[in-house]
Amino acid sequence: MTKIRTHYNRRSFLKVSAAAGGGMLIGFSWFTGCTSDKKIKEKVAIPNEWFEINGYIKIGDTGMVTIYSPNPEIGQNVRTSMPMIIAEELDVDWNNVVVEQAPLNTGIYQNQFAGGSLSIRLSWNALRMAGATGRRMLLEAAAKEWGVAVSDLSVTKGIISEKNGERTVDYGAIASKAVGIEIPDEIDLKDINSFELIGTSKRNVEGENIVTGKPMYGLDFKREGMQFAMIQHPPAFGMKLKDFNEEEIKAMPGVKDAFIIDIALEDPSWSDEKGFLQLIAIVGDSTWPLMKAKKAIRANWELISELENSEMHNRILETALASGKAQGSRKDGDPDMAFSKAAKVIERTYSSPFLPHNTMEPMNFFANVTDTSAELIGPTQTPEALEGSVSKLLGLPLEDVTVNMTRIGGGFGRRLYVHFGVEAAAISKKIGAPVKLIYTREDDMTQGTYRPAYQSVYKAGLDENNNLIAFSVKGAGLPEGPVFPNRFPAGAVENYSAEKIDAKTNITTGAWRAPRSHFTAGAEQAFLDEVAELAGKDPIDFRLELFDRAINNPIGEKNDYEPERYAGVLKLVKEKSNWGESIPGVYRGVAAYFCHHSYVAEVIDVVMVDEKPKVKKVWCAVDCGIVINPDAAKNMIQGGVIDGIGHAMYSQLTFNNGEPNEINFDRYQLIRHAQAPEDIEVFFVDSSVDPTGLGEPGLPPAVGALANAIYQATGQRLYKQPFMNNMQLQELVG
Amino acid sequence: MSTFTLKINNIKHTVEADMDTPLLWVLRDHLDLLGTKYGCGIGQCGTCTVHVNGNAVRSCLLQVSQAEGMNITTIEGLSDNGDHPVQQAWLEHDVPQCGYCQSGQIMSAAALLKSNPNPSDADIDASMNGNICRCGTYVRIKQAIKTASKL
Repeated sequence: MTKIRTHYNRRSFLKVSAAAGGGMLIGFSWFTGCTSDKKIKEKVAIPNEWFEINGYIKIGDTGMVTIYSPNPEIGQNVRTSMPMIIAEELDVDWNNVVVEQAPLNTGIYQNQFAGGSLSIRLSWNALRMAGATGRRMLLEAAAKEWGVAVSDLSVTKGIISEKNGERTVDYGAIASKAVGIEIPDEIDLKDINSFELIGTSKRNVEGENIVTGKPMYGLDFKREGMQFAMIQHPPAFGMKLKDFNEEEIKAMPGVKDAFIIDIALEDPSWSDEKGFLQLIAIVGDSTWPLMKAKKAIRANWELISELENSEMHNRILETALASGKAQGSRKDGDPDMAFSKAAKVIERTYSSPFLPHNTMEPMNFFANVTDTSAELIGPTQTPEALEGSVSKLLGLPLEDVTVNMTRIGGGFGRRLYVHFGVEAAAISKKIGAPVKLIYTREDDMTQGTYRPAYQSVYKAGLDENNNLIAFSVKGAGLPEGPVFPNRFPAGAVENYSAEKIDAKTNITTGAWRAPRSHFTAGAEQAFLDEVAELAGKDPIDFRLELFDRAINNPIGEKNDYEPERYAGVLKLVKEKSNWGESIPGVYRGVAAYFCHHSYVAEVIDVVMVDEKPKVKKVWCAVDCGIVINPDAAKNMIQGGVIDGIGHAMYSQLTFNNGEPNEINFDRYQLIRHAQAPEDIEVFFVDSSVDPTGLGEPGLPPAVGALANAIYQATGQRLYKQPFMNNMQLQELVG
Repeated sequence: MSTFTLKINNIKHTVEADMDTPLLWVLRDHLDLLGTKYGCGIGQCGTCTVHVNGNAVRSCLLQVSQAEGMNITTIEGLSDNGDHPVQQAWLEHDVPQCGYCQSGQIMSAAALLKSNPNPSDADIDASMNGNICRCGTYVRIKQAIKTASKL
């Protein structure tokens, strides 16, 4: 049994949050039953009275348990998996649990953000402790009531029993006595081998609300007296707003007001908008008149920096790579010498374009700003950053700014940036009324925090026995080089160098699902496939040989991966996919990658349909430590694979005179049904290691495995994303 | 502004709107039927799919003036208790991730199964290709449609 010290967190756990009181969520809250609402009502009655056990747990007099899920839900399913961890340690029947979204509250919760696949990893101990302290408080209350010791009691699924007696009491009946009760400095966590809930598949707690179209998203939020707003930003990066036909726009039907907002902050943080700080805002009482008014805007823009285009971006990256001015680097052995002595040397250049996020729910936010307060409600991955930025913009103390999170129609990193919430606040302040700002798809795609554009050169040297004796990577990015110097194959090659080169652009960029890893995995894993071929070795055996070296004789001191676990997922995918077995007409590629603390290996099977390559099946092996909710975890990996295949194959954002050329889904291609694999099988490594994230790690290996499978099918190596462009296969893959 | 009478989920609604207002915004802004989502506004993503006389239609492209006299069904009216075979199958396969596109996916799938109760993979691809999911739930959607076809 694991002991965990409670005293660091005891106060915050016991502090009952006013905001977390009953029915707190923003006007459209309802019970999110872990079974269906119908079933839960049959089983447990709606309580007359609720008792706050700690900031995460509220227990009703009927035994119904409310668990607050602290982090933003962007589709990674934490609104199910985080409460599962609490329920496990609390020891309650999952069927009696309802889940509510917690508001931002740094006094109770830690790490309330959705990013870096970190929700579960960072909160694992806190959530277990929240459940375990709750359980302990209820046990203490029962022990006190009966005049026995806690050690005389046991608990199963919310029912406390005397070990050597007849008495039982359920959580609902004892909860009132547990409120505020003292708990010891150290309490027991469950042995991971006795988990009953963790490791079983539980359906999405909001599944029924989703399939029946309940209003849950920021875009759905409404409040009495609320106005709608839209913004117009400059048409090109490098431009700034001067003025616009304000009177004409104000006079349009359905428009109540039009003005310029300025969201520049004195000391902006990484999560603040850097591109368009002055914007036209139009306000009205419904959406369509605002969309029409946007089209009638005639504005004057001034040039503040160079208008960039895609050819220029390619040139900047090429020049940066040629310059040799690296910002971060690692060097083991003597790569130059080793390359000069190598029997075979291979060098390849890989690139990928800027990409928008294109969450299906466009950016939006509700704000209600008064002279003394600001209330923000909507889809954000970083509520605390939004609170800070709104506080700075309005000059309000932090405690007078509140942020509530709606369910979020996709994150992928886009909603780590908070400008749309700040813009909503600026508009609400100006009109003195509650307002909801909505972006059109075009606004969303042209005012992005795009995935950066990258170009990298990989070089490998083999000796006369086809051993890898030298490896180098040099990567340039707009604005940040895509190189992780201490990741594989660092540690597995005696002579190794990695150089990262940052280049300048005025295009706004940011984190995009598996930042940099999506590119480095694709490039490195496609390159290693080519190196294995040059060495005359099977691509999996070649990689395993390198991991053996990293296990037995690691080079360098700081290697950011565990080679045993890396090799483990490769071996598992090899076994499950029957790698090596040849099926006529099926062409296979493999890749493995480690990022966000999880290991994923994938085999992609491509078939030729009407002389076109099509992904038929994908096999995934994943090591993310303990798996909380297996079927939902599979869903995450499946989604990452499709996202990885789709963007590598089809998607690109190009620029001309500072303007994005692809501004909606008519020209910008996201993968669609007919292009998706028929089946994706996912296997998890059985593990007792603390859990790590799944939102991102499934994506990166798909890029490399796809390139390698298409090579097997067509004989064409792919170096530039989107693959569609350089395959000359626009029509073939469409 | 003009007055329009719309039959939505078997209920008659009277709304005042400009005649070029897309049905999508009448549903969302005027009638608080918020299950139908906005995704692109140009009929390319399918999140706003509703049934018009039984056919899957992008409500962002249908003007309110054209919608009069039609039988319109939204996700809210697809079934009385959220138990349409497609909805049941979606829950069985735990399809959604972020969930935003799913009401559009479900409406497209329900229209497909009505006209073609046993669709092949190719039929599913053809009918569902207008519905985008950035989370990548396509494999489960296809499985759920096949399950729904047997319910």
